[in-house]
Amino acid sequence: MAESELLSVHGLSKKFGRVITADDVTFDVHEGEAFGIVGPNGAGKSTLLNLIGGVIDPDAGRIEFGGRDITRLKAANRAKVGIARSFQIPRPFVDMTVFENVYVGSSFAGGTRGQHGYDRAYAALETTGLLSLAETPAGQLRLLDRKRLELARALATGPRLILLDEIAGGLTEKEIPPLIDTIRGLLASGVTVVWIEHIVHALVSVVDRLMCLAEGRILAIGDPHEVMRSPEVIEVYLGTTFDIGEGRAS
Amino acid sequence: MSVTLSDSTAANRARVQRSTRASLVGLVVSIIVVAALAYGPYAFLSKGNQQNLTTLFIYIILGTMWNLLAGYAGMVSIGQQAFIGIGAYGIVYAADILGLGLWIGLVLALVISGIVAYLVSFLAFRLSGGYFAIGTWVIAEVIYLITTQFDTLGAGAGISLTTFRGYKPEIRIAVVYWIALAAVVVAVAVTYLLLRSRLGAGFTAVRDDATAAATLGVNVTRSRRIAWVVAAMGCGLAGTLLAMTTLNVQPGSVFKIQWTAFMIFIVIIGGIGTIEGPIIGAIVFYALERYVGDVGFWYLVILGIIAIAMVLFLPKGLWGLISRGGRLQLFPTGLRLATPLATPLATTTSSPTSGTPPTTSAEDL
Ligand SMILES: Nc1ncnc2c1ncn2[C@@H]1O[C@H](COP(=O)(O)OP(=O)(O)O)[C@@H](O)[C@H]1O
Ligand SMILES: [Mg+2]
Repeated sequence: MAESELLSVHGLSKKFGRVITADDVTFDVHEGEAFGIVGPNGAGKSTLLNLIGGVIDPDAGRIEFGGRDITRLKAANRAKVGIARSFQIPRPFVDMTVFENVYVGSSFAGGTRGQHGYDRAYAALETTGLLSLAETPAGQLRLLDRKRLELARALATGPRLILLDEIAGGLTEKEIPPLIDTIRGLLASGVTVVWIEHIVHALVSVVDRLMCLAEGRILAIGDPHEVMRSPEVIEVYLGTTFDIGEGRAS
Repeated sequence: MSVTLSDSTAANRARVQRSTRASLVGLVVSIIVVAALAYGPYAFLSKGNQQNLTTLFIYIILGTMWNLLAGYAGMVSIGQQAFIGIGAYGIVYAADILGLGLWIGLVLALVISGIVAYLVSFLAFRLSGGYFAIGTWVIAEVIYLITTQFDTLGAGAGISLTTFRGYKPEIRIAVVYWIALAAVVVAVAVTYLLLRSRLGAGFTAVRDDATAAATLGVNVTRSRRIAWVVAAMGCGLAGTLLAMTTLNVQPGSVFKIQWTAFMIFIVIIGGIGTIEGPIIGAIVFYALERYVGDVGFWYLVILGIIAIAMVLFLPKGLWGLISRGGRLQLFPTGLRLATPLATPLATTTSSPTSGTPPTTSAEDL
C-alpha cells in the first residue's frame, strides 16, 4: 500500500498553566491507516485530538492535512475538509432529536443539503444502530447511545479522517465486536482512523500502528505489539496487565 | 459487515416530514386570521381597536425576536432596547430629517439597525454567558447616551415624527395598523423560515453545544451573528412602529430596559423555543397591561413574580400546556423522520415511531 501521509503533526506543543499536555509531538498518519493511541489518564490524548480538530490552538507546532497547513484553520473548516471527531465525554445537542443531531453533521461539515443530507444522516444512524431512536431528543439518551451518536454524527460528515476518543469506553465485552466491525467497515471504505482506546485488545486487533503517549510525549510508536511490549510503555503502565489479544482472529 | 455511507440508495432513502396536518391547519388558520385582520378597518375594527392591535403586534414582534435570540440561538441579551431606540430614531431621521418619506425611511431604519448590530457584535461577542448579557445592556446604554448627544435628534428632549402630517387621523391609524400587521407577519414568517432552514439547525446546535457544533462544521460566530442581526432588525422594526404610534420619540422611553424585561416576560409566559409561544405570551402580556394596568413599580413586580412562577412550575409556558408538551406543533421547525424503521440491515429492537422513547436499544453498534 502506498504510504502517503494524510495527517502530519510537527513539533506540536500545548500547556495548560503548568500542565504539559503536548510536548513537541511529531508523527504522521498515512492515508487509509488505522492509527491507535494509548496512554495513561492525563497523558494528553484527548488534548491531541482537540488540537488536530481545531477545538484548541497549539502553543507551537504545525498540523498538515492532505498536504495543506491547517494549523490556523478554524474547527468548522477542518470539519469541512474532512476531519471528524467523536468526543470522549459525549456532547449531544440535547434539545434536538437524534436525527437532527446527525443532520447537523451531514448538512454543515458534509455539505449535503436537503434530501442528500437526510439520506447521509439516515445512513449514519443505520450504521450505528440508532435508527430506532431517531426521533428521541438526544438529551434523553443513555450513555451508550450517546457514544453511538458521537460516532453517527462524525460518520455523517463524510470524513476522510475520523478521530475516535474512547468510543468503546463503557461498552460490555459483547458490544465491542460490532463496534470493531463498524470501524473495519469505515477502513474498508477508505476512511483513515485515529483511535484512542483503553481497551487495548480491541485496539490492537484493528490498528496498523500504535502510539503511546505519556505527559504529552511520545513514548513509543510503531507496530502495536512491539509498542505494547516496549519497556517504556510497560513502565508507565506498571502494575497493569494487558490482554492484547494476540490470538484473536482479525 | 461492511459499512458504506452511500447517499441515495433506494434502501436508505430517508423520508423526512416537514409539515403535518396540524401545521397545515396552522397555516390555513393563520392566513384566515391575517386576512380578517387586514380587512378589519373596513368593517369591524374601531380606531381604538386598531391602535390596541398595533400595540399587540409590536409585542408579538418583540417576543418573537427575543425568542429567536435566546430561545433558539442561546444568546441572552438584555440590551435589545438599543435597537428599538435605533429603529424609532432611525425612521424619524430617515423619513423626516433626510426627507426620504415613510417607506424608504422605514427600510433605512431597519438597515441602520442591522448595520449597528453587525458592528456592535464584534464587541459583544467577545463576551459570553452572563457577561454577554451585561455587555449588551452596557452597549444599549452607550447607544442611548450617544443618541442624546445629537442636536438634530432632539438632544435628549425627544423628537416628533412628522411624516404623517397631512394624514387624517383615522387614515393614519389604519395605515399604521396595516404596516404593523404586515410587520408582524414578516417578522414571524422570517423567523419561522430561518429556523426551518439549515441555518436554524445550526442555531440550536450552537445553543446546545458550541464546541460540538463547530466540530460538525457549523461556523459558530457567523451563526450567532446572523441571529443577532436578524433579531436587532426585528427590534428595530418594532421601534419604527412605536414611533408611528406615538408620533413622538422620547429617548428615555424607547431605550428603556423595561422593553427587554417585557420581551423576556412574553417569551417565558408563552413558551420559549417555539414559534407559537411568544404569540400567546404577547396576547397575555397585552391583556395584563390592559386590564391590570401599568401601575409602575408594582406592575413590574407582579410581572416578575408571574415569570418566576412560570419558570418553576410551567417551564414550557402556556403554549407548552396547550400543545401538551410540544405534541401539537402549528409551526414545526424540526425534522421528523417519517419512516425511521423498516430497514433490512437494522437489527434494532422495534419501537414506536414517536412519542415514547424506547427503553431498550440496539445491540449492535
Ligand atoms: N481545557 C483545559 N484546560 C485546562 N487543563 C486541561 C484542559 N484540557 C485538558 N487539560 C489537562 O490536560 C491534561 C491532559 O488531559 P487529556 O488530554 O484529557 O488527557 P487524556 O485524554 O490522555 O486522559 C490533564 O491534566 C487535564 O486536566
Ligand atoms: Mg481523554
